[in-house]
Amino acid sequence: MLGYIVQRLLIMIPTLIAISIIVFVIIKLPPGDYFSTYIAELQSQGEAVDLQKIAFLKAQYGFDKPIWEQYLYWVGGLLRGDLGYSFAYNLPVRDVVGDRLFLTVVVSVATVIFTYVVAFPIGIYSATHQYSWSDHSLTFIGFLGLATPNFLLALVLLYLANVYLGLSIGGLMDPHYLDAPWSVAKALSVLSHLWIPVIVIGLSGTAGMIRRLRANLLDELQKQYVTTARAKGVPPFRALMKYPLRMALNPFISDIGSLLPHIISGAAVVSVVLSLPTTGPMLLEALRGQDMYLAGSFLMFLAALTVIGMFISDLALAALDPRIRLSGGVTR
Amino acid sequence: MLAADRSPHFASTEPFDPYSTEVMTAAQERYYMASQWRMMWWKLKRHRIAVLSGAVLLAMYLSITVSEILAPYNYQSRHADFIFAPPQTVHLFHDGQFIGPFVYGYNYHLDMRNLRRVYTEDSGKPEAIRFFCHGDRYAFWGLFEGDLHLACPAKDGTLFVLGTDRLGRDLLSRILYGARISLTVGLIGVAISFTLGIVIGGIAGYYGGWVDILIQRLIEIIQSFPHLPLWMALSAILPVTWSPILIYFGITLILGMIEWTHLGRAVRSKLLALREEDFCTAAMLMGAKPSRIIGRHLLPSFMSHLIATATLTIPSMILGETALSFLGLGLRPPITSWGVLLNEAQNINVVALYPWLMLPVVPVIIMVLAFNFLGDGLRDAADPYR
Repeated sequence: MLGYIVQRLLIMIPTLIAISIIVFVIIKLPPGDYFSTYIAELQSQGEAVDLQKIAFLKAQYGFDKPIWEQYLYWVGGLLRGDLGYSFAYNLPVRDVVGDRLFLTVVVSVATVIFTYVVAFPIGIYSATHQYSWSDHSLTFIGFLGLATPNFLLALVLLYLANVYLGLSIGGLMDPHYLDAPWSVAKALSVLSHLWIPVIVIGLSGTAGMIRRLRANLLDELQKQYVTTARAKGVPPFRALMKYPLRMALNPFISDIGSLLPHIISGAAVVSVVLSLPTTGPMLLEALRGQDMYLAGSFLMFLAALTVIGMFISDLALAALDPRIRLSGGVTR
Repeated sequence: MLAADRSPHFASTEPFDPYSTEVMTAAQERYYMASQWRMMWWKLKRHRIAVLSGAVLLAMYLSITVSEILAPYNYQSRHADFIFAPPQTVHLFHDGQFIGPFVYGYNYHLDMRNLRRVYTEDSGKPEAIRFFCHGDRYAFWGLFEGDLHLACPAKDGTLFVLGTDRLGRDLLSRILYGARISLTVGLIGVAISFTLGIVIGGIAGYYGGWVDILIQRLIEIIQSFPHLPLWMALSAILPVTWSPILIYFGITLILGMIEWTHLGRAVRSKLLALREEDFCTAAMLMGAKPSRIIGRHLLPSFMSHLIATATLTIPSMILGETALSFLGLGLRPPITSWGVLLNEAQNINVVALYPWLMLPVVPVIIMVLAFNFLGDGLRDAADPYR
């Protein structure tokens, strides 16, 4: 097992390097840079430009150096925990993002848990009650969840929650907790607001997972060992839980690899609509304003989050299924 | 001589045709000689929902060829007197009498307390809908002028079946025109990712070895990236100075560039399996070039499977375009797509006051569902073991 963990860790390194190169290319691609836009904007308004400060910042971030050196500088900073400098906010990125990275992780993890908790019983129920009307209606709801753009669902749920439950519009906590330090009351407020984004973001992933669990379980249930178990008088519940479910679980765990990018994508749009204090809205703003280090750090963070999530899912899979450890291959 | 009268040792003196046992009935012959595509069609026909979805999609795609005629108004014509007008219901009976399809006109007053426009139906003012009539002028596909419409409002009347937006433009007409963009984004995007997937997946699967490993890693990296933030970043690159039509192609290119990985994987795994088959070895021994072996011998044997996979990737592109346009990073007015229309439904006021502005989501849902069902049906039909 230890060897497997080390092997998986080593694979993560080139992946992260490649992702960082892609992110850097993307944030460098737009013509011009933040400073040229900024200077032009100030001059058009007839304001004085603090050229000295801009020259200092340019030198600080190596805008005059060749591109690969800029890249190395950026990555080196990331490794040291220096996320770069946000030009729009005139602050280091670390101070701008504040709780946002943490809250993004909270929302994503809560969504993954929601997906599992909901998809698990429904998937088993659909498979054991194949072609019943409840199976059909669950399938139909699942398809609807898959097809509805989640930002619109977010808007409607937000409206309903405001009208019927009196929840404050948008945000992840009641307004008066915004600048308050973390406390139990604040955490509870976050929890009471968390369910809308979690449901909205999780819905399509849940629908997909229900379908896959159902299909896998149906395949297993048709196999002969299940018939044997039944014939030998194993109680139905045990005959379901003991072997077929375990076999069907494998793709369920490995799915987290495709689930996480999905969730983080969904979270980016939904949090813009719900004005959640997560990375989504700020990323959008940074992309529009060519605030490259802010945008780059967010993209890098989101990608790293998925890579780490996949790492965890691979480990869980290896712990669950000895065949994967022994063959030593990458599971996806 | 009857068969029953024959002795057990009877031998016929008639000449024996060794192939006589293999002669098939016409129906059998039709079945065994059917091409791969014909078999697929037969299987698909049994899948009711898939056929229905296919019909719905076909109708939608046909509608975009004549959007100008189907729409009661030109999508850009503004009606300053009817801003945020709610949908008008189409009635058939007025005062218990059948007078054909008509709508009731609006009574309008400004609620001075909330400064809200209030429209009510005036049930004394039936406005009969005219059919095959002359209405707003338009340029058909931008080529030649016309003013023929399938349905128009009564003279001096209105026909806002789905209501109007903040400039008093008819929502139904805008949805019909928007279909043109929304429906083609997925098709062009999938064409791009199809090409990329076949070429890159084909190279990986055919050559194997380190090329394969490298491409596999690349696919893994792209798949581990959350798509939407990546799309957002890439579409932020498109210069603001580009014309709307260039932006449109840029967006489809971006969508296609990220979505090819599923197809690439499918091609690769199929090629790896087929490469070992005898017919491939035979072609290789006869000196066929790799491009010919892939294109002529290997690709056709799993084309059906590929098409099913491609059908299933279209919905995610359509939803991607919708999300991007909704965020204001995708298409921009004057180009009208369903995502651009939904961009107007961006805040909670719309949900509370003008819920009909959210209607463009209905065709989005229908289309995504239809592509999903059709793709499922195609996949089952393409699977020779079912």
